[in-house]
Amino acid sequence: MSGLVVVGASYAGIQAALSARDSGYAERITVVADDHLLPYQRPPLSKDFLLDKVTQDNLVLRDDAFFKLKQIDLILETRVHAIDRHARKLSINGNTVLDFDKLFIGTGSHARRLALPGSNLDGVCYLRSIRDAADLKERLRHAAEIVVIGGGFIGLEVAASASKLGKKVTVIESAPRLLERSVSPLVSQFLLDLHTRHNVDVRLNDTVAGIEGQNGRAAFVTTQGGACLRADLVLVGIGGVANDQLARDAQLNCTNGIVVDDHGMTDDPGIFAAGDCANHYNAYAGDWLRLESVQNAQDQAKAAGLAIAGKTGPYDSVPRFWSDQYDAKLQTVGISRNFDRQSVRGSLESGQFSVFYYKQDRLCAVDSINRAGDQMAARRLIGSGISPSPEQAADLSFDFKSLLTTINAVGA
Amino acid sequence: MAQIRFIQPDGTENVVEIADSGTSVMLAAIRNGISGIDAECGGCLDCATCHVYVEEGASGLLAPPQPEELELLGSVAAPRKSNSRLSCQLKLPPSITSLIVHIPEAQS
Ligand SMILES: Cc1cc2nc3c(=O)[nH]c(=O)nc-3n(C[C@H](O)[C@H](O)[C@H](O)COP(=O)(O)OP(=O)(O)OC[C@H]3O[C@@H](n4cnc5c(N)ncnc54)[C@H](O)[C@@H]3O)c2cc1C
Ligand code: FES
Repeated sequence: MSGLVVVGASYAGIQAALSARDSGYAERITVVADDHLLPYQRPPLSKDFLLDKVTQDNLVLRDDAFFKLKQIDLILETRVHAIDRHARKLSINGNTVLDFDKLFIGTGSHARRLALPGSNLDGVCYLRSIRDAADLKERLRHAAEIVVIGGGFIGLEVAASASKLGKKVTVIESAPRLLERSVSPLVSQFLLDLHTRHNVDVRLNDTVAGIEGQNGRAAFVTTQGGACLRADLVLVGIGGVANDQLARDAQLNCTNGIVVDDHGMTDDPGIFAAGDCANHYNAYAGDWLRLESVQNAQDQAKAAGLAIAGKTGPYDSVPRFWSDQYDAKLQTVGISRNFDRQSVRGSLESGQFSVFYYKQDRLCAVDSINRAGDQMAARRLIGSGISPSPEQAADLSFDFKSLLTTINAVGA
Repeated sequence: MAQIRFIQPDGTENVVEIADSGTSVMLAAIRNGISGIDAECGGCLDCATCHVYVEEGASGLLAPPQPEELELLGSVAAPRKSNSRLSCQLKLPPSITSLIVHIPEAQS
């Protein structure tokens, strides 16, 4: 028996292996990963790691002891090159093959590359892996003026970290507001003010025209709007692209990621995928989505792990995300896209508030800034389909627990 | 070097050794495959699924919870008690060489 082979040892891969094992999958489990390190956390890479608040050792999430205990074989520094679906074999390291009965693909995503004059100059950086982060940290130490291309989560978190380190930071974003695809205009505005207060120069509605170098190194960034900004370091954060090439080459159904059902199953019933590399129909969004978050990677992989072990437990979690910028913790749940009403709890001036979004009187999403309690309540509310009225949401003396206890009592 | 004893709701015990005082109780647990601590966010104070009860008596030797931890403790799945902590925020000062933590019945 060749058992389960997992490609990729990050949130999705490890969770799928663990869930399969814990749900009773008794065959061999092998995880193959191209990383050089044991599985590690990515979110701190743009935050505490750059600020020297956490060391590389403290990013490690699973140790040899974990793999031994769960009887999972981990093969590091090894890349899977091709999947032969008919022979049920993978090719690794060029000439070695690995048999599988069941396959899980958790290959994640990579940073979208900038294709402009000068984008290959030294000093133009991306942030995805711990190697990228270590390189960026070292370069930040020596840099004075940083240009961040892209006002998404990675760009803004790096901008906040760099600004905290006393660097002069400019962010260039082509959209009219920050994080346009992820948060509402109100939260975009709050974040814009926050960065501006920390002396980050945020330029909306402008795009990069090119990067000019001096002695082979980035020195200036020019924009379509006519700006020429000095930059000894350029961080490109213009989105992620699914690592779905392996699956596409194996003729699995892929559109912006590997298409999976709510058990993480691809169109081949023995092959599963989850996390950044997968695209699924999300009931909360009413649409096909490829989410890039720790929560999605883990919960979707849990469903796949169960299915691999022959159990069922479909993926139906409400999407969640968090981001830390300066002293603001942004937490978000649900999908606010196309909301028709919003209600604010707390005040923007105090830097502690939550925005409740409604679509036809139904609570569809909540963004919180430094109000973790609201966020936790909101996750339960949306997860159980309960909508406090917009008036209740705005009333700081209203306790959401009253709504939740009723439901628990009814459910029990 | 410190020792952490994890006690499951059914009384089963596991001992984990940590070499570096920067390692949180949560990391010590999940790195070693101790079940019952989900730690969905990996210690970024987003999930409240790393809840533990610290053995009474030890609490006074540990750094007290910060406001963010207190706020999340209000949302833990199992009953919140006076010795409830989020294990991702719990680091052992060098003066402590052993700690007993009880794992709650549920994390989410
Ligand atoms: C800097 C940064 C900050 C972030 N901050 C947050 C945050 O605050 N909150 C949040 O929710 N999310 C955050 N994210 C996103 C989150 O990290 C991802 O959504 C998550 O890592 C996805 O997990 P995954 O397992 O699907 O893929 P990945 O973590 O991308 O892992 C895939 C792994 O597979 C390996 N691999 C790929 N192809 C192969 C192959 N052919 N053979 C072998 N191995 C292969 C890759 O090297 C990689 O290690 C952040 C991401 C980054 C980069
Ligand atoms: S691990 Fe998420 S809050 Fe502790």
